Amino acid sequence: MHNSIRSTREQLDKGSVALTDLVSGYKSRIEEKNPEINAFTLLDKEQALQQAKSVQNKINDGTAGLLAGVVIGIKDVLCHEGRPATCASEMLANYEAVYSATVVDRLLAQDAVIIGRLNMDEFAMGSSNENSKYGPAKNPHNTGKVTGGSSGGSAAAVAAGMCDVALGTDTGGSIRQPASYCGVVGVKPSYGRVSRYGLIAYASSFDCIGPIARSVTDAATVLKVIAGQDNKDATSSPKPVPDYPELLNKPDTGFTVGVPAEYFGDGLDPVIKDRILVVAKRLEKQGARLVDVKLPHLSYAIATYYILATAEASSNLARFDGIRYGHRADIHYVRKQLREEEVAIKQQLKTAGGSGKSNANRNGSSDGDAASLQKQLDAIDSPMIRLYKQSRTEGFGTEVKRRIMLGTYVLSAGYYEAYYGKAQRIRRLIKEDFEKAFSQVDVIISPTAPTTAFDLGANLNDPLQMYLNDIYTISANLAGICGISIPAGTHPVDNMPIGVQLMADAFQEPALFNAAFLAEQAVADVNGDS
Amino acid sequence: MTSPGVDMQFETVIGLEVHAQLLTESKAFAPVSSRFGSAPNTNITPLCLGHPGTLPVPNENLIRYAVRLGLATDCKIARKSIFARKNYFYPDMPKGYQISQFETPICFDGHIDIELEDGSTKRIGLTRIHMEEDAGKSIHDQDPHNTLIDLNRAGTPLLEIVSEPDIRTPQEAYAYLTRIKQIVRYLGVCDGNMEEGSLRCDANVSIRPAGQKKLGTRTEIKNLNSFRNVERALTYEVERQKEILLSGGEVIQQTILWDAATMKTRQMRSKEEAHDYRYFPEPDIPPVIVTDEMLEEIRLEIPEMPEERRQRYMKEFQLPEFDASVLTDDRLLADFFEEVLQHGGKPKPASNLIITEVRRVLNEKSIGIEHFTVSPERLAGLLELREADKISSSAMQTILDKMLISDKNAETLAGELNLVQVSEAGFLEPIVEQVLQENHDEVQRYLSGKKGLIGFFIGQIMKKSQGKANPGMVRELVENKIGEYQK
Repeated sequence: MHNSIRSTREQLDKGSVALTDLVSGYKSRIEEKNPEINAFTLLDKEQALQQAKSVQNKINDGTAGLLAGVVIGIKDVLCHEGRPATCASEMLANYEAVYSATVVDRLLAQDAVIIGRLNMDEFAMGSSNENSKYGPAKNPHNTGKVTGGSSGGSAAAVAAGMCDVALGTDTGGSIRQPASYCGVVGVKPSYGRVSRYGLIAYASSFDCIGPIARSVTDAATVLKVIAGQDNKDATSSPKPVPDYPELLNKPDTGFTVGVPAEYFGDGLDPVIKDRILVVAKRLEKQGARLVDVKLPHLSYAIATYYILATAEASSNLARFDGIRYGHRADIHYVRKQLREEEVAIKQQLKTAGGSGKSNANRNGSSDGDAASLQKQLDAIDSPMIRLYKQSRTEGFGTEVKRRIMLGTYVLSAGYYEAYYGKAQRIRRLIKEDFEKAFSQVDVIISPTAPTTAFDLGANLNDPLQMYLNDIYTISANLAGICGISIPAGTHPVDNMPIGVQLMADAFQEPALFNAAFLAEQAVADVNGDS
Repeated sequence: MTSPGVDMQFETVIGLEVHAQLLTESKAFAPVSSRFGSAPNTNITPLCLGHPGTLPVPNENLIRYAVRLGLATDCKIARKSIFARKNYFYPDMPKGYQISQFETPICFDGHIDIELEDGSTKRIGLTRIHMEEDAGKSIHDQDPHNTLIDLNRAGTPLLEIVSEPDIRTPQEAYAYLTRIKQIVRYLGVCDGNMEEGSLRCDANVSIRPAGQKKLGTRTEIKNLNSFRNVERALTYEVERQKEILLSGGEVIQQTILWDAATMKTRQMRSKEEAHDYRYFPEPDIPPVIVTDEMLEEIRLEIPEMPEERRQRYMKEFQLPEFDASVLTDDRLLADFFEEVLQHGGKPKPASNLIITEVRRVLNEKSIGIEHFTVSPERLAGLLELREADKISSSAMQTILDKMLISDKNAETLAGELNLVQVSEAGFLEPIVEQVLQENHDEVQRYLSGKKGLIGFFIGQIMKKSQGKANPGMVRELVENKIGEYQK
């Protein structure tokens, strides 16, 4: 069942399998497994089968595109015209996309079959897929464990064989970390490599769309299709897109690998540490050169990220106001609430003011009370403002509210320089760290996450602990460089997958895929080494 | 003796923020028409509606127009400037933020010169010109229960032009706005129509005791929808502030609205103005880079400006200063004039006709020259008839009025209206003869010295020719004929 894109295509071209049968197979598998894994939020079976038929005709005619035969799931944060795009949020529970994301158009133009939409943390905010209105996706390796997040549904779907490839998005590690937890390959391309048009924004200067796949070659093949400039996204890069999978036919073993000590320090599971170093040694054995590099500002990465990303989020999510689409609170309820508040304050005012000066003498603060009550009365929201507040209170989940508030705070008058301004400067320093490192090495190797997948619910009440899951991935988003997580065997204690991360300079995806492809081969039976 | 803006004890300090809506074909950040007059919510894209996942892509003309205005007002041009988000909630602001510029405006440190009533010139500094997008429109008076929202205007491109506090009187403010309108119309970046909202103005005003360096507390007046209202509102507000200070009170810094109906300013509710906009760099749009090449290209796009053109009209066309000033006051009127010349009109007669008759029509109909229904070519035809002496000057006015409601050219209309002057002696001589014979007594009195009677004869002859006789020709014929009698 789990063929590579290339071998599936060979079989389809030969006629030894039919695409409709393949798609039906995936459909059955999703129907069978999804109740437990909860990776898909929508199975688009009619559309997928119809698409399969038309692509099969193209295969028969010899006119099929690059992704004919590839069955793909889409994270619920990417717009696909006519399909729900909920971001796993009550806010968009009834929202249907009115246009398609550029990546969706590009996949379809190359004859991919889109089979459904995938679970995620609400608005891509989270590291465990537990912040979802659909409930958490479960890790196919152990359904008591989280998938990671926010692209948890995407990673779980690929790991469980419910689709060949999934698109995810990565703002601080949201592709690589769940790929690591679920034992699949996840690519975060360089910022600007893939158009963000149609990606429901969390943090615009960080958000990247990328593939999650079973192999480096499959991921490279899909990235080749979705990458490239788009006149609908002013931040998409005009740089030409290399033929990533073609480059892997002749891998170059003589590259340089940076090993940053900061990524192997406190907080990292020692088994994972050893495993990553084993992978590095094996690459060295194949001909790579290992070099110590310094990335001294790593310790500021999480704080910097949570200032800048939440600032952008507070603005990006302002459009969810219940006015034009999305969840709107019941206006009658809102009006009733306001009336009751008004009546209550007026009642108190009557009591405070009505008893006159004698009362003031007794408690000494009646005039003050009246003034403060009058202030409260004046401060009651207009129905419009209260409708915004109520709609957003009901529509957003806890983590989303937390980040909107944090972001609003750091941009507020009087705090901007201390938080946003400073964080921007640190982002610059982190970028410079990488520029320096990449002047010496082709790729950097590190763990993807400090632990393997944790138990469902383990970090739910400790947001800071949750944020630490992204410690090794977040810097790549701050610097705009590319990164990949590939499986490196399992952990002997919990049998959960371990991920190794490779990073390369911005738009050096060829170097990234080259190293990842060789590492992928080097990790075969790596479990035996640790 | 008081200098301008100083009224015995107080000096007035005014700064204006003008929003100019740009004449680009499409919106600031979306490929959809930004024209007026369409049915509500038809010129929209998912971006204009703030749908999730949409991204703003700047219209290149927004940047070019901004630079054009910056160069024409002697601004410095930022080679790298960034867009910023101005965050606030309002139902006609679909994204929850307005894309604007904050720390780095594209143009800064410029100035324009205005002409004062005494004929002198005053320089008003421009702090900055920056690019931004407009909001949609909230309509509160069409449905008894709901506010309606039209998002056609959402995302249309604006330039905000911020002056230094260099303006000292409401009259100077008026002159400044007139000049801004003239400049943006000359540059073709904005139609300058304040009543339709394509030019909008907010005014900051404060007063201070004469001689004091420190500025007084200012108020900001919004909702100024005509040049006259700006002048009126400022006059009102300055008086209001004076009364407060003279009675020992303090001016409170606040935003006030001008109510054109009651001709008064009123305070906005404090909640309406309590905004922390939380500006930060717009992450969806890379920095705007103005290259040397772009700058040179845009420099070439700047047309001849009013003062230059006025001088040229006086030199090249030998027009009096008055004519040159009136014609070049508005670029489109000057363009119209030059087109008339291209079609054969002679400068002074063309100028006369445009300054008197054409402007009379424009004033009567309250329209701009762009809506004048007689083309320069047809107007040149009319001038040609007059030049060839085929029609009288009074016939010219009659024919022009007809041309306004007809597609026909001047010559055809002159024929249809029987207004072609007849200059052939063969036609006129019998009439002259007849009139002189019928008025024998008058001829005798004329001959005995009553020369003023010539007008009587001409009148009689014009009547008999049904107005078609060329009066000059008639005069000549009468004088000759009576001369013969004398012999």
